[in-house]
Amino acid sequence: MNWDWSAVTDFMPRFWDGVLVTLQATVIGSLISFTLGLVWAIAFRAPTRFVRWPVTIVTEFIRNTPLLVQLFFLFFVLPEWGIQFSALTTGIIAIGLHYSTYTAQVYRAGIDAVPVGQWEAATALSLPARRTWTAVILPQAIRRVVPALGNYVVSMLKDTPLLAGIGVLEMLQQSRLEGAATFQYTEPLTVVGIAFILIAYPASLLLRALERRLVR
Amino acid sequence: MSADTTPSNQEANPPVDGKELIRFDKVTKRFGSNTVLDDLTFGVDSGKHVTLIGPSGSGKTTILRLLMTLLKPDEGTIRVNGDYLTHEERGGKLVPAGEKHIREVRKNIGMVFQQFNLFPNMKVLRNITEAPVTVLGLSKDEAESRARDLLELVGLTEHLDKYPSQLSGGQQQRVAIARALAMRPQVLLLDEVTSALDPELVAGVLDVLRDIARSTDITMLCVTHEMNFARDISDQVMMFDEGHIIETGSAEKIFGDPDHARTREFLSAVL
Repeated sequence: MNWDWSAVTDFMPRFWDGVLVTLQATVIGSLISFTLGLVWAIAFRAPTRFVRWPVTIVTEFIRNTPLLVQLFFLFFVLPEWGIQFSALTTGIIAIGLHYSTYTAQVYRAGIDAVPVGQWEAATALSLPARRTWTAVILPQAIRRVVPALGNYVVSMLKDTPLLAGIGVLEMLQQSRLEGAATFQYTEPLTVVGIAFILIAYPASLLLRALERRLVR
Repeated sequence: MSADTTPSNQEANPPVDGKELIRFDKVTKRFGSNTVLDDLTFGVDSGKHVTLIGPSGSGKTTILRLLMTLLKPDEGTIRVNGDYLTHEERGGKLVPAGEKHIREVRKNIGMVFQQFNLFPNMKVLRNITEAPVTVLGLSKDEAESRARDLLELVGLTEHLDKYPSQLSGGQQQRVAIARALAMRPQVLLLDEVTSALDPELVAGVLDVLRDIARSTDITMLCVTHEMNFARDISDQVMMFDEGHIIETGSAEKIFGDPDHARTREFLSAVL
């Protein structure tokens, strides 16, 4: 087996297209999971069980079924009900939704860690519920959980190759297509592997720096 | 003063200064099988400074927490200014109150906690202005000028731009007092406000409270182990034991010549 630098060069156009898709899926997926997870976490504390129970059931269900299954379900089953998105949009929604059930648990831990005295002080000042959340509880909770949320961004990045399963042309799928076209798999796959490290490792370092700043 | 807790005996305690502000009527509070307050009836008149004393677990703090709606009574009713705190009158019947009603009545009450409970994510000034702006609808300027006055009252004007974590416990507690007063409550609840403080910081906080007791007409309900402070500021002292008020009277009476053996026993243990 020989390493062929020209195969690397030939792969580059496809590769950059793939990087772009992978980053898109990771970033937008993260934003969805951060937002939706927060919604779940607040709903876990809803005053009525008619909110708490359904939310708990739905999030547990999503969290305990594989992302690939959800991906296939959204991509192949939803169109039968007339709901159809592009493969990439479907993939981003699936990743965001799946990981929102993890971030929900992270937020929940952060919210639980806010001392009960903070809720009591908010009550004693008659702050409305919305204001108690936005001005008192969440600023304290989110500060604590930023590092943990960041870890899930790295996880999401590493799960993006699953999107190849529904035909999204992210990095891995691009390398397979390149290999299929040129019969040279070694170079494209190696490039993709290195690309994951080059994105994920600096991201982890950044997170650790952030953790040092926030959690003191 | 009578040593038992039947309503008629409680009401024999004559309203001296203005009208009755707080009324507990047959209030019972249980935690599991433990009855913390047992069929308790009493009233507090407007402007009075009342100290609740008694052994720990006797229900003093529970009274404050019920008034602040941090707890709900299992039985009985609480009224503030004649308005039911946890109930509403609907069609001639008393029903559990909605959140909106509770918030409205609760605005008359402020509380200072043992652990201060300042908001660590807000600077001192914003801790004080947050509720006046968002709850009372004051403008930011109004709220800030009120906050500055209060910070002057508690002697912390130069710290308004700091975070609570940059202050000593005593300073934090004085900010918490200012924060409670910024809502202009009729009633101030003080829940063991010096218990978490280093000994050398206690005096500063108590001085501020003495000042407030003297210079305002705010009604105070105070749970404390600082008996000298209690003697100084109290118009009325209530001695609690096992969920009952076993004795109530003026500070001189309770500290000087209590009727009840339990009161004497308790005071000799803490003084």
